[in-house]
Amino acid sequence: MTTQTTTRQDWQSPQEVRWCPGCGDYTILASVQNYMAESGIPREHAVFISGIGCSSRFPYYMNTYGMHSIHGRAPAIASGIAVARPELSVWVVTGDGDALSIGGNHIIHAMRRNVNLKVLLFNNQIYGLTKGQYSPTSEKGKQTKSSPMGSIDLPFNPVSLALGAEASFVARTIDMDRDHTIAMLEAAYDHRGAAFVEIYQNCNVFNDKAFQALTGKQERTENRVHLEHGKPVTFGPDDEHGVMIHDGTAHIVDVAEVGIANIHVHDAGAESPAAAFALSRLSHGPYGPTPIGVFRSVERPVYEDDLDRQIAAATDAKGPGDLKQLVTSTGSWVVE
Amino acid sequence: MRIRFAGDSGDGMQLAGARFTEASAIFGNDLSTFPSYPAEIRAPADTLGGVSSYQVHIADRDILTPGDHPDVLVAMNPAALMANLGDLQATGTIIVNTDAFTERRWTKAGYTSNPLEDGTLDGYTVLPVPMEELTKKAVEETGLKGRGVLRSKNFLALGVLAWMYNRPIEPTLGWIERKFGKDPQVLAANVNAFKAGYNLGVTTEIFRHTYEVKPAHMEPGTYTNVTGNLAVAWGIVAAGVAAKLPVFYASYPITPASDILHELSKHRNFGVRTFQAEDEIAAAGAALGAAFAGHLGVTGTSGPGVALKSETISLALMTELPMLIVDVQRGGPSTGLPTKTEQSDLLMAVYGRHGESPLPVLAVGSPSDAFETTIEAARIALKYMTPVLLLSDGYIANGAEPWQVPDLDALPDISVPFQTEPNTPEGFLPYLRDPDTHSRPWAVPGTPGLEHRVGGLEKEDGTGGVKYDGENHELMVAYRERKIAGIADDIADVEVDADDGATVLVLGWGSTSSAIHAAVRMVRTGGGKVARAHLRHLNPFPRNLGEVLASYDKVLIPELNRGQLWRLLRAEYLLDGIRLSKVQGQPFKAAEIRDKIMELIAS
Ligand code: SF4
Repeated sequence: MTTQTTTRQDWQSPQEVRWCPGCGDYTILASVQNYMAESGIPREHAVFISGIGCSSRFPYYMNTYGMHSIHGRAPAIASGIAVARPELSVWVVTGDGDALSIGGNHIIHAMRRNVNLKVLLFNNQIYGLTKGQYSPTSEKGKQTKSSPMGSIDLPFNPVSLALGAEASFVARTIDMDRDHTIAMLEAAYDHRGAAFVEIYQNCNVFNDKAFQALTGKQERTENRVHLEHGKPVTFGPDDEHGVMIHDGTAHIVDVAEVGIANIHVHDAGAESPAAAFALSRLSHGPYGPTPIGVFRSVERPVYEDDLDRQIAAATDAKGPGDLKQLVTSTGSWVVE
Repeated sequence: MRIRFAGDSGDGMQLAGARFTEASAIFGNDLSTFPSYPAEIRAPADTLGGVSSYQVHIADRDILTPGDHPDVLVAMNPAALMANLGDLQATGTIIVNTDAFTERRWTKAGYTSNPLEDGTLDGYTVLPVPMEELTKKAVEETGLKGRGVLRSKNFLALGVLAWMYNRPIEPTLGWIERKFGKDPQVLAANVNAFKAGYNLGVTTEIFRHTYEVKPAHMEPGTYTNVTGNLAVAWGIVAAGVAAKLPVFYASYPITPASDILHELSKHRNFGVRTFQAEDEIAAAGAALGAAFAGHLGVTGTSGPGVALKSETISLALMTELPMLIVDVQRGGPSTGLPTKTEQSDLLMAVYGRHGESPLPVLAVGSPSDAFETTIEAARIALKYMTPVLLLSDGYIANGAEPWQVPDLDALPDISVPFQTEPNTPEGFLPYLRDPDTHSRPWAVPGTPGLEHRVGGLEKEDGTGGVKYDGENHELMVAYRERKIAGIADDIADVEVDADDGATVLVLGWGSTSSAIHAAVRMVRTGGGKVARAHLRHLNPFPRNLGEVLASYDKVLIPELNRGQLWRLLRAEYLLDGIRLSKVQGQPFKAAEIRDKIMELIAS
C-alpha cells in the first residue's frame, strides 16, 4: 500500500452533485472527502457501494471505485468485494429505507459476520427519492403522503438494531457536526471488522428539522449526550445531567443529586453489549437527550481473515489445488 | 441390466445404490443412475410418500439412460413394492425383505392383503430374503443394540446383489472401512451384514442364477463416476484455473443445487471462496461484488432462487460484469416438486428480467457433459463481460455416469486480462467497447488511475456516466443486444447425427439428450431413419441452427416442460415444430420418444 497525502479535490469525481440545495448529504460528502484526503487510504483502494435512495447517489461523487447498486443490496455486494479482496477499503453508503426496510436482512448479516465494511447509514427518517413517504425510522404518528392519518408503524432504533445484530462497532453522529462526523469516520476505519455509523441527516425538503432537538442552537447543548470511552456519561450546558444504568435500563439523573461517582462510565470495549444497548434506548428517536459517539467497539475475528486462514490451512494440509487430483478424488479407473 | 433399490427414506437405499454403482464402475461397466427421493426429509415410515429409490443401469456397451423399466427390484418394505412394482419388467426379479411384510406394514402401504401371498407377484421371480432377521444375526457379535442393529440391512441387500452380479467385494469393503472406521462397532456390523448377504447367495438354493455383465467397451482413457452437481462444481474450479482467477461461489442452500456448494467448500486449497449467504439475493449480490473485485463470481441455485436473483442479474447485465448463475432446475412453479426434475426454467432464463435484458444461456446435457459446459459458460461470461445462465436439472444433478477425464493440461485459456492503463489519451473510459466483441474493459479496484463508478442507471456510451437521454438509451440497448447476439459467431455449430434420407429431426436440450439418443437408437435398430441434434447453447442459438431446422420435414422437440424450446424456435425461426411434453417430475422413458418418432415417420 502506498501512502500518499491527498487533498479533498483528489477525492471529488467530475460528476455534478445533484441533491436538493441545503440537503444534509452535501455536508456528509464534504466530511467524507476531507477524511479520505487525510486518511492516507490510497484512492484506488477505496470502494464505495450504495443501494438506492438519495444517499445512494454518493458513490458517483467520490473519485474512487464504486457501485450504485440496487435497493437494499449494498451490504451483500460489498461483502463479496471485501471477502474477495480484504486489502480494499470498502464503504457502504445507505439510508434508513435502503438499509432498514428493503435491505434489513443484508445489514444484520453483514454485521454478525463481521465483514470489514464501513456502513454509513444516512438516517433522515423519510423516503426522499420517492418524494416523502414514512420510513422505518419515522416516528409513530407521522403524517406523510402514505400516512395521511399518521403512521401506525413503530420505528426502528438503528443503533439498537446494529447492537442486536452483533455489530462489533456502532457509532452515531450528526451531519452538521463535521468534526464529530470525521472523528466517527476515523474510528470506524481504524476498527477492523464491520462498522456501523448512523448519521442523522436532514432532509430539508420532506422532513426538515427532524433533528432539531440535536441541532438547534439552544437544544443541542441540552440534548447531545457525548459518549466518550472511559468517561462518565454526562450532558447539559454544565454537565449537570448524567446517565445511570440499573436493571438494564439507562436513566437520566442530576449529577449533583447522585454524585459523579455513581454516573455510568462509558466502556465502548465492554464484552457485553448490554450497557451500550441501554444507552441506545435512552431515546427512541432524536427527540430528547440522545447519545452520539461510539457506543461499541470490540475486537472480533473478521470474516475474510478467518476465510483466508482456512484457505491457508487447507493449502498447508493438502498442498495447492491440483486439478488432476481433484477429478480423480472419488476414485477412477483406466480403460486400456 | 437395470436394478432399482427401493425402501423407506431411512433404509439407506441411496447409499446402497451408490455403492453398487461404484463397484460396477470399477469393474468396468458403463452405467447411468437415477436416484429419486421423497420431498420430506423424514416422511412417516412405511408410507408411499416416504419411499426412496435408486436405479442403476449397468451394461457391457455404452448406455445412455438409467433405463425405463428395471429388471430387478430390491423392495425393502411393502410401500417400496407398491410404489415401484408398476415399473418393473413383466418378467422381472424382485428381491424382497419378507420381514417387512407384516399386516400393519402392508396395510400402511395401501395393500388390503399380503402381496407376497395373494398372487400380486405372480409372473415375477421373487427372491424372499428375511433381511431383518439375517441382519440381526449377522450383527449380533458386534454387541450393537437397539435400533442401530437394523441400520445395516442395506449392506445385507448390497451383499446379495454383489453376489448376483459378480461384483468384486473389495471396493465396497474398503469403502465401508474408510467411511465407518471411526466407529468400530458400526464398521463391524456393516461388514458382517454385507458378507452375510454375499454368503447367502453363495450358499442358498433360492439364488439359482448369477448374472454376468461384462466390462463395457469404452474409449481408452481414465474414467471416473460423476453426478451433474459434482461435475459442475469441478467445472467451476477448473474454470477458475483456466481463467487464472480465484473462484468466489456464493449460494443459499436449496434443493437440488446445494451439493455444488458442499463440494466447492471442500476445495479451499484451490483458493476457492465459498460464501453461504443469508438469502438468494445476497448470494447473487456477493458473487457480483466479487466479480467487480476481479474474481470469477458464481452463484448457484434452483428456479425459485433465480426468481429472487433476477434484479441482481439485471444489475450485472447493466454494469457489464462477468458472472455465472447456475440453475439446477426442479419442478415448478413455486415450491413445486423440489426433489423432482423438470426443464421449465428455460423461458425464465432467456426472458425473465425486466427491461431489454438479453443474456447468454447454456444447458448441461448430462453429468459427463457438465464439466466442459461449465467452463464454456465461464468463458463466455468473461470474454463478453456478461452474466451467463447455466441450466442443469435435478436429473443431471443427482444422476451419475462415467466421465472420461479430459486432458487437464489442454484446458482452454479463458483468461481475460484486466485493464491496467487508461484506454484513451484523455483517460479511462469504462464503457469503451471492443470493436469485435462489444465487450467493455474490466478494471478492478486497486488499479491506480482507473477509478470509476458503475451502477444500475443507464450509462453514457463510452464514459459510463449516468445518462437519461433517450437516444443514448436506445444506443446502449442496441449495444447490449448486439454483444449477446454476436456470441453466435464464437460458439460451435450444432451437430446433427442423421441417417441418409431421414425426414424427422429430434432436437433436444439439457437432460433429455440421453433419452433422445436411446430412442433414436431404438428406431434405428428397427430400421427407421431419423436425425438427432442437441443444443448446448440456447441463447444465442448456434449460427447453423436455422439451416438445420429447415432441412427436415418434421422437427420433434421433446422437453420436460410444456414446450419452451419449441416456443423459442417458433419465435426465432417461425418453425412449426412438434412438441413432446412431459411434466411428471420424471425423465422421459426412451420408449415414449421412440413411439412419437415412429408415429412421425409413419405419418
Ligand atoms: S429529498 Fe431530501 S434527502 Fe433527498 S436530496 Fe432532497 S433534501 Fe436530500
